[in-house]
Amino acid sequence: MAEYDRIEHDVLVIGAGGAGLRAAIEAANAGARVGLVCKSLLGKAHTVMAEGGAAAAMANVDDRDSWRVHFADTMRGGQYLNNWRMAELHAKEAPDRIRELEAWGALFDRTEDGRILQRNFGGHRYPRLAHVGDRTGLEMIRTLQDQAIHMAIDVHMEVTVVRLLMDGDRVAGALAYDREKGRFKLFASGAVVLATGGVGRAFSITSNSWEYTGDGHALAYDVGAELMDMEFVQFHPTGMVWPPSVKGILVTEGVRGEGGVLRNSQGKRFMFDDIPENYRNQTAESEEEGWRYTQGDKSARRPPELLTRDHVARCIQKEVREGRGSPHGGVYLDIAWIKERLPNAAEHIRKKLPSMYHQFKQLANIDITTTPMEVGPTTHYIMGGIRVDGDSQMSSVPGLFAAGECAAGLHGANRLGGNSLSDLLVFGRRAGEFAAKFAARGKGNPSAGDADEAVRLALAPFDRAGSAESPYAIQHELQQMMQKLVGIVRQESEMREALEKLRGLRARAKKVGVQGNREYNPGWHTALDLENLINVSEAIALAAIERKESRGGHFRDDYPEKDAQFAKFNLVVRKAADGSMHLERRPLAPMPSELQAIIEEQKA
Amino acid sequence: MTTTTFKIWRGSRGKGEFTDYKTDITEGMVVLDAMHQIQAESAGDLAVRWNCKAGKCGSCSAEINGQPRLMCMTRMDELPANEPVSVEPMRAFPHVRDLVTDVSWNFEVKKKIKPFKPRKPDAPDGTWRMAQEDIDRVQEFRKCIECFLCQDVCHVLRDHHKHDEFIGPRFFVHVAALEMHPLDTEDRLRDLKDDNALGYCNITKCCTKVCPEHITITDNAIIPLKERVVDEFYDPVVKLVRLFRGKKKA
Repeated sequence: MAEYDRIEHDVLVIGAGGAGLRAAIEAANAGARVGLVCKSLLGKAHTVMAEGGAAAAMANVDDRDSWRVHFADTMRGGQYLNNWRMAELHAKEAPDRIRELEAWGALFDRTEDGRILQRNFGGHRYPRLAHVGDRTGLEMIRTLQDQAIHMAIDVHMEVTVVRLLMDGDRVAGALAYDREKGRFKLFASGAVVLATGGVGRAFSITSNSWEYTGDGHALAYDVGAELMDMEFVQFHPTGMVWPPSVKGILVTEGVRGEGGVLRNSQGKRFMFDDIPENYRNQTAESEEEGWRYTQGDKSARRPPELLTRDHVARCIQKEVREGRGSPHGGVYLDIAWIKERLPNAAEHIRKKLPSMYHQFKQLANIDITTTPMEVGPTTHYIMGGIRVDGDSQMSSVPGLFAAGECAAGLHGANRLGGNSLSDLLVFGRRAGEFAAKFAARGKGNPSAGDADEAVRLALAPFDRAGSAESPYAIQHELQQMMQKLVGIVRQESEMREALEKLRGLRARAKKVGVQGNREYNPGWHTALDLENLINVSEAIALAAIERKESRGGHFRDDYPEKDAQFAKFNLVVRKAADGSMHLERRPLAPMPSELQAIIEEQKA
Repeated sequence: MTTTTFKIWRGSRGKGEFTDYKTDITEGMVVLDAMHQIQAESAGDLAVRWNCKAGKCGSCSAEINGQPRLMCMTRMDELPANEPVSVEPMRAFPHVRDLVTDVSWNFEVKKKIKPFKPRKPDAPDGTWRMAQEDIDRVQEFRKCIECFLCQDVCHVLRDHHKHDEFIGPRFFVHVAALEMHPLDTEDRLRDLKDDNALGYCNITKCCTKVCPEHITITDNAIIPLKERVVDEFYDPVVKLVRLFRGKKKA
């Protein structure tokens, strides 16, 4: 029998970004004894990098806003493939979740009359994002962290879960190792909440940190949970493109919200050339009108730079491909130009976008108050994830919950900027609440056989220390391959090639060997993450082949148009009895007429 | 492209030595890129803690050529060319392995600081009103990314090892953010004086110099806290008044 410490909790939360922390707080509030596992140190999770803000229809800046408008914006942005119940709950509950953060000490930027200030963002009809300059994610995670440490929550830092443990058909715990010493831990719990974030590390150009290896997606898939909408990966339009070592680092949409514009090498604002029909009556007709919108003129419509991310990313890609890009393969994002309109523009930019100013100054030697930035698309977010019940966030496996980026549903085919931070709060809280309820009904007994096998598999790379297969090399090849073959513009032949290559990489990953011992060994950790990356990559490619149309974050060169018959279902992936990946079309649940009516009314 | 030699501290639990690695440096590379390249090329088990690689999470703190810095924000072209670059772990915390230290003490310290306690809401809907100018200074403190470089460089911790008595600059910034928060009603002044040993800080401003977020730790956080403590406990007029009233402040 393998050696491990056994730790008991009522609710085990895996992942300590915004969703995991919010779930842990709620479960602890409900009286559950909570374990919170984080792959990094507490407070370092990817939420920390969120910049622009959290979307909530508080109507502090524009009183025409309401949950109905937010709901309709979210559905439109998601091309109506969203789980409408989640979109409804999200729009209704986000304002309370933001106010609650203020009660816990968060300090959002203020309006003139002292309330929480809200800013414009792509796809949102009215200024809706509560924010703190361009470091909103840091403010959120710190507020949640500082709240959580004074509660009955045991935090397990730098611990990585390698397998979920079952008791029959319900989840009963997880097997994990600690980074520092490489010791194994068996967590036994009545419920498990997955809040592990995304899959960005499956691509070479990404704004995501090393942690984003699809752990939650893969752990859930492994125990039979369904994954949904995996073809929908969001490529954020503006990542840094130069110098090479920072390629992919995010440049917040807030730059455009504050009046930043996109230009090609000829100095043209190309976004005016391609405005989708369903956004035409919400989009500015002239540069003048767009500028007035960013400055709070309620009679003006938003500039085309603030169209949805999928669209802006493809427009940038097109400029570059057709030879109108910047020297390093991007386009120009210019905020410096506002000096023509505003006194003290440089100071204004530094105040509104401090970390962008700092990031470009330090990493690229560029002063954004005087010089345009070079930007291009970067892998940012996955709309797809674990399929959950809209109210409780429980997956198709009893006792297994998911919230935040690793769950699917809220965002449909494309996520609006700002809807992710509010997603974390709304559904993190719900997952925590329902997980505590589920756990109160009793615990299972985690399968010892599965735990032993997980330990044996985890240690196997040490037995192959002399292997020629390096985990770093396989990870690198996978990232290059996914970027090239299943990236922002897709076609069938390339994705078939990707599936073939994934089979090869999977075989090689089984032979991977690592040097050294179990103490804080990044080679070993990289080796253990490989299977997760390969599984989520396969799910993305399979679903992307099946969706023979272009919609939201999914764009097919061989099917460049939207196709109405594909608007009727989500694609769902699960593990078949023989271990292969099974894909099916799942019809959308019919939307209640009152929600349908809101969508129609907001189209006007 | 140039080839640079890195002298990297390798070892476990405080025992170790500098080991030389050579790797190629291309335009725009930061020290963390070089560490990753070395991992992939020749030292697969080189322990490095990192996360966002964008200066926002504060994980990759280390001492580069003897200076406490974030590896992800230190560009190779700002270090002296044609000279070896030394990279070693933070020295104020227990060593784990290679460049990784055990910073858990910081998380324990934070738990002991009294949490935020807001006044009653200002509006019937349970919300508050605050002016932007009243929160500007607190927002400066809340920029902290908890990289703990200020703790690393503070001589009270680094040289005198007063970890049991002294909370360090990071947590003076944390307390300042709470004390100066317009809504907070808690009183942490006695804790600052007695339990947090604020008096040990002799304002050498080393912490301010290394802060990657450019928080003016000493001038804006520590000195105002010291003034508040002095006003509360050492003001002769207040002392006299208390003497006559025969009342002690809790």
